[in-house]
Amino acid sequence: MEQNHCFHCGDDCNSSVIRYDDKAFCCNGCKTVYEIFSENDLTCYYDLQASPGAVPKEIEGKYDFLSQANIIEKLTEFNDGKTQVANLYIPHIHCSSCIWILENLNKLNPNITTSQVNFGKKSVRVTYNAEKGSLKETVLLLSSIGYEPYISLDDFKTGQQKVNRSLIYKVGIAGFAFGNVMFLSFPEYFEVGEFWLEQYKVFFRWLMFAFSLPVVFYAGADYFTSAYKGLRANLLNIDVPIALGIAVLFLRSTVEIIFDLGSGFFDSLTGLVFFLLLGRFFQQKTYNFLSFERDYKSYFPIAVTIISSEGIETPIQVYDIKKGDRLLIRNEELIPVDGILINGRAKIDYSFVTGESETLSKVSGDKLFAGGKQTSGVLEMEAIKSVEQSYLTQLWSNDVFSKNKEDGFTTLTNKISKRFTFAVLSIAVIATTYWLFVDASKAMNVFTAVLIIACPCAIALAAPFTFGNLLRIFGKLKFYVKNASVIEQLAAIDTIIFDKTGTITSNKHSSATYDGVTLNASEEILLKNTLRGSNHPLSRTLYDILDENNIITLNHFEEHLGKGIEATHNLDRIKIGSASFVGAANSSILNTQVHISTNDSYKGKYTFYNSYRKGLAKLFNQLKKQYDLVILSGDNEGELENLKKLLPSKTKLIFNQKPDDKLEYIKFHQTEGAKVLMVGDGLNDAGALAQSDVGIALSENVNVFSPACDAILDASKFNQLHQFIKASKSAIRIVKWSFILSLFYNSIGLYFAVTGQLAPVIAAILMPLSSISIVVFTTIATNNIGALRTPKKNAAKFQHQKRPNALRQAKV
Amino acid sequence: MSVIYILLSISIIVAVVFFIAFIMAVRSGQYDDSYTPSVRMLFDDELVKEDSKTKTDNSKD
Repeated sequence: MEQNHCFHCGDDCNSSVIRYDDKAFCCNGCKTVYEIFSENDLTCYYDLQASPGAVPKEIEGKYDFLSQANIIEKLTEFNDGKTQVANLYIPHIHCSSCIWILENLNKLNPNITTSQVNFGKKSVRVTYNAEKGSLKETVLLLSSIGYEPYISLDDFKTGQQKVNRSLIYKVGIAGFAFGNVMFLSFPEYFEVGEFWLEQYKVFFRWLMFAFSLPVVFYAGADYFTSAYKGLRANLLNIDVPIALGIAVLFLRSTVEIIFDLGSGFFDSLTGLVFFLLLGRFFQQKTYNFLSFERDYKSYFPIAVTIISSEGIETPIQVYDIKKGDRLLIRNEELIPVDGILINGRAKIDYSFVTGESETLSKVSGDKLFAGGKQTSGVLEMEAIKSVEQSYLTQLWSNDVFSKNKEDGFTTLTNKISKRFTFAVLSIAVIATTYWLFVDASKAMNVFTAVLIIACPCAIALAAPFTFGNLLRIFGKLKFYVKNASVIEQLAAIDTIIFDKTGTITSNKHSSATYDGVTLNASEEILLKNTLRGSNHPLSRTLYDILDENNIITLNHFEEHLGKGIEATHNLDRIKIGSASFVGAANSSILNTQVHISTNDSYKGKYTFYNSYRKGLAKLFNQLKKQYDLVILSGDNEGELENLKKLLPSKTKLIFNQKPDDKLEYIKFHQTEGAKVLMVGDGLNDAGALAQSDVGIALSENVNVFSPACDAILDASKFNQLHQFIKASKSAIRIVKWSFILSLFYNSIGLYFAVTGQLAPVIAAILMPLSSISIVVFTTIATNNIGALRTPKKNAAKFQHQKRPNALRQAKV
Repeated sequence: MSVIYILLSISIIVAVVFFIAFIMAVRSGQYDDSYTPSVRMLFDDELVKEDSKTKTDNSKD
């Protein structure tokens, strides 16, 4: 069936199909992986999922550093000399076939004892025999079957990571106590004064007391500390009335059972804490495979190859690089420090840094900046700075990176809670004063009853459930938000700032316009055929833009590095390249241009323009009504006219911005009261993303590269940004409606409390009832906005995965 | 000593046993990855199938 698609990776095979074992493969790499699997009886890999593989990359020499003892020590979780355990992050993990093949690694290499995949974290934990095998061997095996692990400088720092499971324990304890207390308090709900009950009630009550102890002092402890911190900062946050409610419930219940006044409210107490913790648990949606805290360390390699003065190559830890060291950078390796190119053909891809994917050619003597990736062969360079002092890494010494954004933000819940707490306290005081005159014996009873029933359980649950559910909905739409407060902040913004390169422009296709004397048919053929021979990125782009032409054989072809290409066919000569190379007057230096001359007469030039993302103009027109729009670009003004035509006229366009300038620009507008949303992509936006109120990183590949931010948006969903912001605003409305609903329940409860009739059974019914109805209301309402905000046709159009399957998308 | 005390202690002991089982499950990391096991569970069948049958299984692609 899949004649033109690779059996292994599913890519289009184009013209060069490799046939093997009756199957089509797009390249030798894929065929080799298939051979490995079929030799080892592992072709089941292809049964679970059609064409699940990835093309293995050239990795020769790349992992030599893995044989160094100190690096192995840092990367392994367990190491006793005989057995080693390593946890490796593999971005390609995406379907059940991946899990299956990775858990059968021992069939490919007998030195591997076991391997276990964590699908959510996209990691595999491999246990292997360190005497016969090695970490390097394991990594090479994984790479050879298309599952290259991602090892960065980040892994070098963290040893074994501690998982915080305290919330699960707390929910478990509260739920356990809640269930048992409900059991024990049930008899007293209806039958009071019966002989049987009278006999055992003391025992029942003290048992309930025992169950509630861990709930108050362990599960609910966070509310007390949070309330205490809030009060110290002169802030009446939502945890203040909650902590007050818990404390009063516990104390009054204890007093009641000591003096045999009643059965106490242990059922409501444990139920309250249980529901509150459930809310927290629900809100805590984490994307295990994403990191919102990345800095340059996640991008940088652990080690590079250093060449000693005798010419010996040894791997060295990146932090140990000193000024003056000679480094060897292989194909696909990242340049870890600023340096000077000594020799080799350098084609540097700075897309991690700037978002621009067009590679830059450098000649020996040119300066290379850290963060660039070599894309063509081997090069040698001399380090002129150490890692921490390099241009890019210095950005992280700015103190915005140590600030916590949530600190300065008052959530909607906390705003309400301030008024709420005052209202409850005044009602409690007024009611108590009234009862002091009418029936003093009931006064204390009424006072505590008001505080108990007014405990804002439902209010505290409204926001977590609304935002938690919306986080999940956004996640399905490939908009990954760090936490609930980001949604609140997103609803409040009034200024949106975009980076240009890589954010509003797409990485993939540029467009070019021709300007000059029209080329005749034979010249066009010659041009196309000359470009065919060149690997320069501009040649490749231009080649793809030009119409198909006949293939002719060139008599002569020569590429002049950094200048252009020259070719002859029969009697025609063509020169393609820079203005000076071709012999043209230098007209504009702002745009990227390619000049052409044939037989020494100048013909014209192709000017390259960025190609903008689909729906950009539409998105800006939607946004312009409510928001100030700004484009902050690190590039020159070459695109100014183009952008002016495309975007609404009030959009501010600012060019030539360095990473620090972007940060300062945002800071300045924030001091003027603007709430800024920054949309960026490269590491050069990292400062701006951290400074803004909400920083969204746009990412072509969500699994691997995105700088520290509040949310990660899949690039294919860029044109739906406005829908996401609107959904956040709807969420705020839902929370407000839930507040009204819960206030309604509170006023019913207050009626019982103020009139002194609050029986434990009423509290036990009212509290769960209000909580559950809030949960139901918010869940249904958010699902509704989720459904409205997913226009079905768009959703289908922009899903860019190669093959349809349920699993790879399933749970992330 | 009434039967109620015995019944209550039994019920609480049973509850506590389950509670301890829960704590142990969390501690051993069972709740860290709630997705992969659900897929892994389905593999065992496929493995057995592959071992027993001869290679005729690529026909469906």
